[in-house]
Amino acid sequence: MTTPMTTSPRDWKAGRSAQVKEEPAKRAGDTEQNALPSRLDAPATWQIGGRKLQSRFLLGTAGYPSPAVLQQAIAASGAQVVTVGLRRQLAAGAPASADGDFFGIIKSTGAHLLPNTAGCRTAREAITLAQMARELFDTPWIKLEVVGDEHTLQPDPFELVDAARQLVKDGFEVFPYCTDDLVSCQRLLDVGCKILMPWGAPIGSGQGLVNPGALRTLRARLPGVPLIVDAGIGSPADAVQAMELGLDGVLLNTAVAKALNPVRMARAFGLGIQAGRLAFEAGVMAQQDMAVASTPVAGHPILL
Amino acid sequence: MNAALTLPAASTITLTVNGAAHTTTACTLAQWMVAQGLAGDALATAVNGAFVPRTQRAQRLLAEGDAIVTFQPIEGG
Repeated sequence: MTTPMTTSPRDWKAGRSAQVKEEPAKRAGDTEQNALPSRLDAPATWQIGGRKLQSRFLLGTAGYPSPAVLQQAIAASGAQVVTVGLRRQLAAGAPASADGDFFGIIKSTGAHLLPNTAGCRTAREAITLAQMARELFDTPWIKLEVVGDEHTLQPDPFELVDAARQLVKDGFEVFPYCTDDLVSCQRLLDVGCKILMPWGAPIGSGQGLVNPGALRTLRARLPGVPLIVDAGIGSPADAVQAMELGLDGVLLNTAVAKALNPVRMARAFGLGIQAGRLAFEAGVMAQQDMAVASTPVAGHPILL
Repeated sequence: MNAALTLPAASTITLTVNGAAHTTTACTLAQWMVAQGLAGDALATAVNGAFVPRTQRAQRLLAEGDAIVTFQPIEGG
């Protein structure tokens, strides 16, 4: 049954362990992300980058067994945003038709495109690639990725801030793939980013949330800023955990693309992200050290 | 109008295209793309590391030694 909910999660003050006590936004504008669904079977809309979405799942499009599986996985996931990339062509003057059907399939899903700057090592490279992506995909959205370490593919916070500053000035909606470091996240907001995409774990590692404490800190210190955990998610349980922490969305690719059955896994993640969000809105109970009897037997043993 | 009409007669120049040597008589990036049979809206272009938007390709003159790179949409995470 569906019961209309009347209290805002921000009003929840019972000291629940998983509930974040939030402060007024200091660095971001009013980006209230917590409108409650009037019916529990219809997820509330939220806003990101000027668009209204229902799904909080952003799905990568790389590494699927086939274009058909990719297409079915996008449909099964419910994702309304998919990431895409750009590649320098290999052969001189080769026609661009090789991946033509890929792009056609992506466009046919109707999902919003979030192009990335994967492979960039410097702000300058990332800016050039972002400009190309804006033209090619006809969107100001850019997942800004500037890698600083080859083994962990950790974002380079310095190049990232530099690139973000220039791209924001140039009219981009920057989705920075960043570390979970609070101060570098604040710097990204200072240069005009309105969204943050902290990593859960290194890209493609499937380790889940390596540092949930840092994500909890980001949520507490940056209320109202859309936070999307990006990278490192392995199983739907990781996505549930991220959503229960109060993050606003989850972006992943490998965990679906490399599952034995990507289509079913896409659905599993879609459901997990919904469940985690509902749990956050509902307020997870506080853990107790000892048992607390749940059956109200008036506090005395039953002696027949 | 085609900006190339006002240009001097074409001569052959050697470019680097996506890392490989390449000769052309094209005077502009737009002409080069037409000569290669490349669809204008299917690729993004840069010359010598700088992005050249679609709207600027007809004005972007090519010179000996220029490096063209072309980018296409691919899957991404």
